[in-house]
Amino acid sequence: MCTGIVENTRVSGSGKGPRGWFLLDQASVSYDHPDHAQAERAVIIDLLSETAGPESRIAVELTPQSARNLVRAILASISRGEAMDRDQERESSVIDHPVFSRTKSS
Amino acid sequence: MQKYRTDMYEGMIAETITVPGHDRTVLNAYFARPLGSGPFPAVVLIHHAPGWDEWYRETTRKFAHHGYIAISPNIYQQFGHGTPEDIAAKVRAMGGVPDDDVVGDMRGSLDYLKSLPQSNDKAGIFGTCSGGRQAFLVACRTKGFDAAVDCWGGRVVMSQQELTPKYPVAPIDYTKDLSCPLLGLFGEEDQSPSPQQVAQHEQELKKYGKTYEFHTYPKAGHGFFYYDRSGYRQEQAVDGWNKVWAFFENYLETSDKR
Repeated sequence: MCTGIVENTRVSGSGKGPRGWFLLDQASVSYDHPDHAQAERAVIIDLLSETAGPESRIAVELTPQSARNLVRAILASISRGEAMDRDQERESSVIDHPVFSRTKSS
Repeated sequence: MQKYRTDMYEGMIAETITVPGHDRTVLNAYFARPLGSGPFPAVVLIHHAPGWDEWYRETTRKFAHHGYIAISPNIYQQFGHGTPEDIAAKVRAMGGVPDDDVVGDMRGSLDYLKSLPQSNDKAGIFGTCSGGRQAFLVACRTKGFDAAVDCWGGRVVMSQQELTPKYPVAPIDYTKDLSCPLLGLFGEEDQSPSPQQVAQHEQELKKYGKTYEFHTYPKAGHGFFYYDRSGYRQEQAVDGWNKVWAFFENYLETSDKR
């Protein structure tokens, strides 16, 4: 709030808080003074459920460098996962094709 | 400045009450006052960005301990109820509290305090972090406060790009309207406000001939009073509190003492 730097985005997924899992619909990313992290400034990430109320929140405070590392790790994970999905789609289409051919010929 | 002695009686009442806020809203407020008929000076506390939390309740009682009628209204009330941290996160995501609302909330608390039979009719305003910024803003936009304390309030100086419908005017642009003496406490290592922004604010105060005291502490950053956070700096905090007591004693206390 001292910097006023905040970026909000809609998200879809789930988060686990003290009372268990809940559906997420918003992420709020700020660059400001943290509540707990041992740093003058931090990247503050709140994963929220607007409908479930303010207590449905996953809070993270990261140093700027570790936030960059997290972004890279997320992007790398998505990149590898999507590559794997594409490979599996190709493999399944190769396997499926003869079956389809047999079915057609029978 | 501790005026009490080991052989004197001390008591206080501290509780949650409701007070008028902006636009006929009703706010929860933490209230503390010394026992006795007074008259006592009053202080309105504007809580910081981390919310209407334990530190502000403690600080409200600290003011009562030092002989002030003190009140800390919940300026985040329009965002609902929950733990202070969760509500603060919600306010952060929503871009903060509109300045106009805060000014209205403080007027409500000021009027309430001055209506009390224990009041000496003097009142100060105190805030830290975003509350420091708002303390200065309120002191510019409201008549009736006799002294204001801004502790490390960021965004008193704002660029055009930072202005929003909630924050339509940079507080520094209201400096000519400042209605009471101002005490500012800052950390040299803080970047919000930065030392350059503090200097810019000081120039504006000088330009309009305002009564003010600014103190910038070396080896301190943001929030150096907060004993529960990593930015706490014991030596600077003790000195800063002494400056707060001396400042308020100078401008709020009458000859009619306890």
